[in-house]
Amino acid sequence: MNTRPGNSGKPLSKLPVILALLAVCMFGFAFALVPLYEVFCQLTGLNGKIAGAAVVRDQTPAADTDRPEGREITIQFLTQVSNGMPWEFRPLERQLSVKPGESYSTRFYVRNRARQPVTGQAIPSVSPAAASLHLHKTECFCFDRQQLQAGETLEMPVTFIVDRDLPKEIQTLSLAYTLFRIDDE
Amino acid sequence: MTEEVSVNSPRRHPLLAFLGRWLLTTNHKEIGTLYLWLSFTLFFVAGAMAMVIRAELFQPGIQFTQPDFYNQMVTLHGLVMVFGAVMPAFVGLANWMIPLMIGAPDMALPRLNNFSFWILPFAFALLLATPFMEGGAPDYGWTFYAPLSTTYGPPSTDFFIFGVHLMGISSVLGAINIIVTIFNLRAPGMTWMKMPLFVWTWLITAFLLIMVMPVLAGVVTMMLTDRHFGTSFFSAAGGGDPVLFQHLFWFFGHPEVYIMILPSFGIASQVIPTFARKKLFGYHSMVYATASIAFLSFIVWGHHMFTTGMPTVGEMFFMYATMLIAVPTGVKVFNWVATLWQGSITFETPMLFAVGFVILFSIGGFSGLMLSLVPADFQYHDTFFVVAHFHYVLYPGAIFGTMAAVYYWLPKWTGHMYDERLGQLHFWSALIAVNLTFFPMHFSGLAGMPRRIVDYSLVFADFNMVSSIGAALLGLTQVLFLYIVIKTIRGGEPASDKVWDGAEGLEWSVPSPAPLHTFATPPVFEPAPGEGALR
Repeated sequence: MNTRPGNSGKPLSKLPVILALLAVCMFGFAFALVPLYEVFCQLTGLNGKIAGAAVVRDQTPAADTDRPEGREITIQFLTQVSNGMPWEFRPLERQLSVKPGESYSTRFYVRNRARQPVTGQAIPSVSPAAASLHLHKTECFCFDRQQLQAGETLEMPVTFIVDRDLPKEIQTLSLAYTLFRIDDE
Repeated sequence: MTEEVSVNSPRRHPLLAFLGRWLLTTNHKEIGTLYLWLSFTLFFVAGAMAMVIRAELFQPGIQFTQPDFYNQMVTLHGLVMVFGAVMPAFVGLANWMIPLMIGAPDMALPRLNNFSFWILPFAFALLLATPFMEGGAPDYGWTFYAPLSTTYGPPSTDFFIFGVHLMGISSVLGAINIIVTIFNLRAPGMTWMKMPLFVWTWLITAFLLIMVMPVLAGVVTMMLTDRHFGTSFFSAAGGGDPVLFQHLFWFFGHPEVYIMILPSFGIASQVIPTFARKKLFGYHSMVYATASIAFLSFIVWGHHMFTTGMPTVGEMFFMYATMLIAVPTGVKVFNWVATLWQGSITFETPMLFAVGFVILFSIGGFSGLMLSLVPADFQYHDTFFVVAHFHYVLYPGAIFGTMAAVYYWLPKWTGHMYDERLGQLHFWSALIAVNLTFFPMHFSGLAGMPRRIVDYSLVFADFNMVSSIGAALLGLTQVLFLYIVIKTIRGGEPASDKVWDGAEGLEWSVPSPAPLHTFATPPVFEPAPGEGALR
């Protein structure tokens, strides 16, 4: 092999290959970070996303012993539509006072202002992000796509529970929906 | 076809011979020269864009540029300075000096070296063609955050993406070459802990390049597929996340800013001992500090994203990890100061630039510490304070470092001494101009002037006028620099082999100007008696 005196004795021809492989691995690592980030966010609620439909579990009062009985928190509903989405979209109730552990429902109003059918998908986001682990939705229009005919209106329901493990410093949380247009071209 | 024609054959047309020489060269000195001239050219191109920006900001209101063109100038100025001016300048210095400093006849992979250079003109042809395209150049800042660059990016974004791919390939190949050269071609007797510090800092920089440039390539590839192939890596509508873009980008971006400063640390560690006529203080701690900075650069990317709604635990982690970087950086600064202590100091131009680098870079380091504090960062974020911070670490850091290196080694390259009087004039005017340009930005930023916006409130008018006057002066000083370099190439007092009487190292054992081929047989490296390390 091609070696020179005074070096570490490694053949010259192997090192470039190893380094090139390192570069290729780092290229792959960038893509590996995408699912890693997803998992990390699901565990921590980092990006305010909520996992899919929740299974309602029995809330044992034991989990709530150190918290004042019957505390109420405020949940605010926010809506926005993305660019190019011709829908009117607003909550029917701006905010609700809820008791952790109990189930609540509210509805959102949409109207298609376009002259043709449009398909939409709502993406929820909870802030503060720490609260997203404690907001469970048993029913949500965001689980599915919606298709509205020209001028059609719809009231879309959400049913949710804020669980009793919600950190007590959180008095108010907001649930924001962004509505995206996802017509299949 | 079988006829063998040497590239310098007298039978060729002179133009063909010239093109053949520079296109086909595998010589590390010639490739180093090519890198340095490309960098110098792009430095002026990106500098001209800075002049457009500062002319527009001279007064409040919209004078010369439309807002979208202003955004394009801001974007291209950043991209060309980072990838076109600073990085090729350091690779050029590495090509010229690393083989000379370690006693190698050439780079280990000379043909690859030619290839990594000649990719770059094509990469920048792609990037610099974008302003002439329909829809204009990229206009989302050098950080090209999604969805600005994906959903809302102009069509020229695809040219930008392929340009970045080419730059990445060039950097990774160059870095591989540097590492292989340093590992295999050191002169007998030059053990790891006797390598010159410029070689050490470049070795670590090369590893950073191999680790992060592929991640950048991955990010722009995701952008490309998001734009054209229906994926949704960064699109919330399809289940992706735009914040993911920022995580990926800054995973590349923070090591990248150290790629742009570590070679300068190496240059200061060569220049300061020469003109203080003393051994570098704390050689070992310099090596360990450089390695620590490189390691820490991988775990602090979140400090660019404090305002993205990160949980408090994350903010605390990134804040403390960032503040930790001040420790190895402080070790370096104190080592340079201790090297100066009781030295027989003279202030030739390279020394002036090196000392200017240490002092002004420290100012940039301190504003970096201010930015690392989470509660304070919410106020500073996206203001001109950030612009002041990174220009203080980049201009007096990367650019002054490069200038110190050019003045220090120019006599070795050309065989002529530069004009010392003009060199001093260059330094002092650049020093005044840098501070005039960037210092007022601290104040306008703290007062709340946002960055990347074409217009600003009347209350910031005075600060901006001072900055613009400083920027015009700064541009002129670099024209003077170009004149000095050309004058030195064309003639001047002949330089001795050693050039500086306090200089040490193998590069000073070859004649001035350095002949095309040096160290055909490896020299025996013997550090000065009683010294554990060569500086």
